[in-house]
Amino acid sequence: MSPSPELHVVESTDPLAVPRRVALVRPDTRPTVRRGDERYVMTFPHLIVREVILFQAVVIALSLAAIVFDAPLEGIANPIETPNPAKAPWYFLGLQELLHYFPPIVAGVLLPGLVVLLLAVIPYARINLTAGPLWASGGKRTALALAAVTAALFALFAVFGCWPIAVPTLLTAAAMFAARGGARGGRLRRALAQVTLPEWIMTWFVVIATLLTVIGTFFRGPGWAFVWPWSGAI
Amino acid sequence: MADWLRGSAVYRSIVRHGTADTNRNRSLVIFENLFLHVHPVKVREKTLRFSHTYWLGGVTLVSSLVLIATGILLMFYYHPSVPQAYRDMKELNYVVDNGLFLRNLHRWAAHLMVFGAFLHMLRVFYHRAYRPPRQFNWVVGIILLILTLFLSYTGYLLPWDQLAFWGVSVGTNMAKEAPLVGEGIRFLLLGGNVVSENALLRFYVLHCVVLPVALLLFLSVHIWRIRKDGGVQGPPSDVDDPRPEESA
Repeated sequence: MSPSPELHVVESTDPLAVPRRVALVRPDTRPTVRRGDERYVMTFPHLIVREVILFQAVVIALSLAAIVFDAPLEGIANPIETPNPAKAPWYFLGLQELLHYFPPIVAGVLLPGLVVLLLAVIPYARINLTAGPLWASGGKRTALALAAVTAALFALFAVFGCWPIAVPTLLTAAAMFAARGGARGGRLRRALAQVTLPEWIMTWFVVIATLLTVIGTFFRGPGWAFVWPWSGAI
Repeated sequence: MADWLRGSAVYRSIVRHGTADTNRNRSLVIFENLFLHVHPVKVREKTLRFSHTYWLGGVTLVSSLVLIATGILLMFYYHPSVPQAYRDMKELNYVVDNGLFLRNLHRWAAHLMVFGAFLHMLRVFYHRAYRPPRQFNWVVGIILLILTLFLSYTGYLLPWDQLAFWGVSVGTNMAKEAPLVGEGIRFLLLGGNVVSENALLRFYVLHCVVLPVALLLFLSVHIWRIRKDGGVQGPPSDVDDPRPEESA
């Protein structure tokens, strides 16, 4: 926080020279308070027309998909005949992939529970409201902490042989260090220099979630062994 | 003809305002309509830009509407019993007019809804649109995401084919691992210890009644709160960002 400017009481009868009311706007008040000179348009037709177009675009796109691609339907359910591999729907394949590395209680309960909990509390953690660019303050301590956390996470996931998490952890940390002093670098590094810590963490999570889901969907065959998607063994 | 229709007493009793050619009538279009009046009469021009929201929440909402429409039609043909459920799939594919199209539409809309909800969440995060006063709406959004996943997952069992049976078996085996309550939850969910006819009926009721009602409730709260919190929130540059003063 920057130090507050000093406040003075000024007595005056000239309303043009001296503001008669002072509004103290805290950083967490609603944005409409802060800007009054916005342009407004009538909801009908401006917004409603866009909503109708969106509706039509989505329905048309879905209809085309439904004409071209057929929903899968296999043989009737048979509890005796287990397909190999038996796969959950795609949005759970990231979790199923985790089962390959961790005991079920970690992969099936602990990690997903933790993810949901962490997502839910995002707006209530102060850092998510106030964080500035990660390296804004030089950051020798930031660099040390980042290196330590990265090493610990990498070691943890490497012990379990969970490379789809360990490797992106290293890559994310590398990108975070590349952002250091990036304000004087090229365009990409300048953009990276603006990224805040919560954004780095979310990006790390999204990369891992995507990677696990893609591996689980396309690269896992019989016995959950690694296969190439074109080998036809999925 | 159109003028005669608009002038008729019956039309005037349904739509009370005139043609939307004045701002007064354009306002009336919004707040005299039950379905539109969740909108304000005027919106900030910026919020209409594509890059403001990428319309991702809208895409998710539209897919949920498509799912409700196609889902109701599918219910006319579906029996939640073994083996009739699977036979109904074959009927839909080969006998019912446009049955395959209906099923395809429901399937792809379901995928789009899960994907759209996830992207919408990311958009809101990177735009930091969860900041006060919108904190709780973010939480409602997380609840909606979980409901969406459960809706999709319960629907996954209904065709009663190998894909459905084993997909759900894998998932419910994971639920079993939760300490203390895991076994109980699984038993409650499946109506037994394995995926069976009871599980099919329970998933059907969850999929067609319980979860959609819950979704609609939370969806109403979600959308109503957008309005109450001053409309959709775009990228941080949209408002005076607290960042500079905080980090200076």
